[in-house]
Amino acid sequence: MIEQTHLKLPDPERDHLQGAIDAPIALLEYGDYECPVCGEAQPIVREIQRRLGDDLCFAFRHFPLTNVHPHAEHAAEAAEAAGEQGAFWPMHEMLFANQDALDDESLAEYAIALGLNEERFIQDVVSGAHAERIREDFRSGVRAGVNGTPCFFINGQRYDGARALEPFLAAVAHSAIST
Amino acid sequence: MSTTTTGATPATAKKSEEQDPYRELYSKNRRKALPPGTDAPDFTLRSTPDQWLTLNEFRGQPVVLAFYPADWSPVCGDQMALYNEMLKEFHDLGAELIGLSVDGAWCHAAFARHRKLHFPLLADFEPKGEVARRYGVYRDKDGVSERALFVIDADGKIHWSFVSPIGINPGADGILSALEELQNKKPTTAKAK
Repeated sequence: MIEQTHLKLPDPERDHLQGAIDAPIALLEYGDYECPVCGEAQPIVREIQRRLGDDLCFAFRHFPLTNVHPHAEHAAEAAEAAGEQGAFWPMHEMLFANQDALDDESLAEYAIALGLNEERFIQDVVSGAHAERIREDFRSGVRAGVNGTPCFFINGQRYDGARALEPFLAAVAHSAIST
Repeated sequence: MSTTTTGATPATAKKSEEQDPYRELYSKNRRKALPPGTDAPDFTLRSTPDQWLTLNEFRGQPVVLAFYPADWSPVCGDQMALYNEMLKEFHDLGAELIGLSVDGAWCHAAFARHRKLHFPLLADFEPKGEVARRYGVYRDKDGVSERALFVIDADGKIHWSFVSPIGINPGADGILSALEELQNKKPTTAKAK
């Protein structure tokens, strides 16, 4: 239900994190690389990370709406495949920066640009090597009441406010004081 | 501090009004949805311009009825798009999903094709909103149904129902919990037989 929005997150054992897990604020995003609204939120998230520095731990989980966004599943696979080669976040940035070119060929180009092992990357993406993990992300989101993307949780509490920098930053920064 | 139960203070009333961005668009009176334990009213509605679907044909398995106000709501937060992604989970729990709105069959067909929906959308079109009315979720003033969910068990009884504020996508967690409850109930009844 939409009321059940408290999550124990993020999980350092499985989540992709930027920042220390024991930072006072944890910001978790459920997102879809082909979702334009997620794309718009991306620079805002980056700016919040820049301003809060070590006080913030950011985590990203996949929530691809694959019927609406035909490239979303492979894009998520691409991020995970890059993650296998130690480049989850560079690929994450690359995908959001190129939302209008997420076909398989473009994904392979990004892997090359990031200096990844191309053959292994393509094999991972095409075979759906990380499909189960992506589905696990998706399911965890559904159980937490995620109903669309992007969906943010600040220290486990869902944030439904405006995603412009000022109110979003204020909400994130405030959670450090209140918890 | 003591509070009175006989009416909201002006401050509370104002707050709840502010929290509902749809107050200008839709009337405030929410209907009473049929509660759990009620027999789900049977119906036959168009699922495509030349096909009909009857609820009772699904007897023997749980059915999820998702009433929603209208086709063509914004994509990323769209309730039907989310449920479309959840079909595997619903099927794994033995359930079928059915969407219903007052839109006509041709409108549903275009909407389903555009969003690549893989479950039936029924046209509660003539008499308009009749099925929604029988489930207690029709908004007379607005001419659309509530955003309402019903999980119906294998015997055709309503197991769970929920009416969401009309502008809020209720997600799928409540549906999954209700279907899991039904699945957990099944072994016990089998044993009793």
